[in-house]
Amino acid sequence: MACKNCTNCGQPDKIDKIVNKFKGDPTELIHCLQLVQEEQGYISQDAVKKISVSLGVPESDIFSVVTFYSQFTLKPKAQYNIEVCMGTACYVLGADKSIKKFEEKLGIKVGEQTEDNKYALCQSRCLGCCGLAPVISVNGQIHGKVTEDKVDEILSKLK
Amino acid sequence: MTYKELVELREARLKEIDVRFNKNSPNKEIMVCSSTGCKSNHGDAVIKAFEQALKQNNITNVTVGRTGCFGLCALGPIVIVYPEGTFYCRVTEEAAKEIVETHIKNGQVATKYLYDPEVPTQTTKADIDFYKKQHFIARKDSEYINPENILDYVALFGYTALYKAVTEMTPQGVIDEVKLSGLRGRGGAGFTTGVKWELTAKETAKQKYVVCNADEGDPGAFMDRSIVESDPHKLIEAMAIAAYAVGASKGYVYLRAEYPLAGQRLEKAIKDAKKYGFLGKNIFGTDFSFDLTIKFGAGAFVCGEETALMHSLEGKRGEPRNRPPYPAQSGVFKCPTVLNNVETYANITEIIKNGGEWYKQIGMGKSTGTKVFALSGKVRHTGLIELPMGTTLREIIFDIGGGVPNGKKFKAVQIGGPSGACLPEDKLDLPVTYDDLSANGAMMGSGGLIVLDEDSSMVEVAKFFLEFICDESCGKCTPCRIGNKRLLELLNKLLDGKGTMEDIDELEALSHFIKENSLCGLGQTSPNPVLSTLRYFRNEYEDLVKNAGKPKTPKYRINKEKCIGCSACSRACPVKCINGEIRSPFEIDEEKCIGCGTCQRTCKFNAIEKV
Repeated sequence: MACKNCTNCGQPDKIDKIVNKFKGDPTELIHCLQLVQEEQGYISQDAVKKISVSLGVPESDIFSVVTFYSQFTLKPKAQYNIEVCMGTACYVLGADKSIKKFEEKLGIKVGEQTEDNKYALCQSRCLGCCGLAPVISVNGQIHGKVTEDKVDEILSKLK
Repeated sequence: MTYKELVELREARLKEIDVRFNKNSPNKEIMVCSSTGCKSNHGDAVIKAFEQALKQNNITNVTVGRTGCFGLCALGPIVIVYPEGTFYCRVTEEAAKEIVETHIKNGQVATKYLYDPEVPTQTTKADIDFYKKQHFIARKDSEYINPENILDYVALFGYTALYKAVTEMTPQGVIDEVKLSGLRGRGGAGFTTGVKWELTAKETAKQKYVVCNADEGDPGAFMDRSIVESDPHKLIEAMAIAAYAVGASKGYVYLRAEYPLAGQRLEKAIKDAKKYGFLGKNIFGTDFSFDLTIKFGAGAFVCGEETALMHSLEGKRGEPRNRPPYPAQSGVFKCPTVLNNVETYANITEIIKNGGEWYKQIGMGKSTGTKVFALSGKVRHTGLIELPMGTTLREIIFDIGGGVPNGKKFKAVQIGGPSGACLPEDKLDLPVTYDDLSANGAMMGSGGLIVLDEDSSMVEVAKFFLEFICDESCGKCTPCRIGNKRLLELLNKLLDGKGTMEDIDELEALSHFIKENSLCGLGQTSPNPVLSTLRYFRNEYEDLVKNAGKPKTPKYRINKEKCIGCSACSRACPVKCINGEIRSPFEIDEEKCIGCGTCQRTCKFNAIEKV
């Protein structure tokens, strides 16, 4: 299948390329899903079908793996993915208060996405930077010592 | 690679990095910590700032490099200047310029950026209180090593333990040495490593595997990340030694997907190790061959449990299964498998180099060697610390951690992550060993230590961990899946003020039931936070019932001897219940006080005490 982003570059579809790398190897399912998600930001139904054929894993099994691991999502990702760490150290230092503030400001709850797909708010269980607690991560970039009063400042930078 | 080549490689590199060890070196090297903590504090920009400042000043005998983690992430970015070994903290781009000006050009210490600017004598790592009691084995040498350069590792006698093992020792000899050391698993359960290896070695299967659990899921623990990021070759070498001992030819590192930097570093390290012949076919000219692959996890706490991890490695849902068979008999792809965590492996090379007898001397009783703890929460100095087993909690929290900040009182320390427990003040003199902890209802876990002060509600803490468990329970067995949900409901009922004394008993009974009937380690330890808070802080649960869900309002009192009458508290009080005359002691009207604690936070003289 040709590349979907444009109709004339003649490149093979990137998802096909990824999926073909693991042909016939069901043990690489998680790795394959990770690469697919990195490419398209989520796991599309189309991709699930391709993975199923190539790796030889039933679609239902793929679905059960995708929903088991918190890394995978079946919905397209937002432009800014705000992840508030609720690990113990961050929690003790008030991460729950900044989550409330984010929820208020964005008008969504944890685990939701704004309608324009601009912001997604989720909580994570320890980003491993407890020395900088409370910590948040925006699209993978770590911000340390983010207390509730820093929320406005962070959001103002994510326009 | 022959031994001669290894020695030549080491000596050539040692000459190049002489500045890091030779105090009389005419050169200088500025090394910036390049781990996740310092990097997120703009460590890379600091490196650029140093390079720029050196260039502007036409200084050519000073190089800028990267090191591994110092464990003092809260004060990052950390910079060490060799050969003096001057230890700088909180180094911003601006500070980099100043350090080049003051230290490099004028030869003076830039005191402003020392660990404690008020104690300008503490200039090197060895001078600093935070490090004085520490004992480095698993995290040894990371301040001298650029994690991305295999030669730095070789320069510090890297891969000599592997050489010794495969050329001078028999596999059983390696196992005997590890057994003699008394090393126990650092991931949680504390099973004796040597015995685990021996069980796998005894199996006759053709294919065996060595696996490293780097799926560090405990919130509040980050030592494994730090080790992989700072010293990836130490892990590779140890896994190769384990493979030789048990007769495995293939290894996997199961790494958390949340640790991208560790993944990049480890990937590079494996590539380099292959290039130099420390991994691959016929290592050191022997018939021992070993290959290592990284597998990324996908975010599931339960995958820290060994059977779940192995299912995940095979590309399946990470659900645990019943044991036996144990991984030593039937592990990854149904082959005999040795599984240890990162920190356990990080002790192996030193044990092979110095012998099990040497290792056994460190620590206390049946808990030998050192343990890395991640100290965080309400404590002055947060970070990673490595200590001999048997150090007391008091030493850790007060001598190294500097105690509880803002004049607050210590209340409890949460040890061992979601499977761990909260220990109260009267347990502070407990030596931290596997056995002492479990005798007190706690566990070593992976070594997270979270300090809680008087403001923390223990019921809320228990609820926090239960929410975590409810999210992360894989759902395979009923006691864990449904039992923990019921526990959480009971806690919420209590916190909503609708609880009864019977609910507290129910909470306790159900906790024991879940412990006894769950399938895997996650479920069997999941009620620990509830049980330990019930054991040591039952009064807080009972107060919730008596006061209909509201924790007892704390009362504050002004210590007349300490109060200087500055009126700061009176101005800050939201209900204006503090009155008095300037320059004489103030007083709190306890009737009006709402117990918010603002006054205590405002007072600069520690004159306001909780009653």
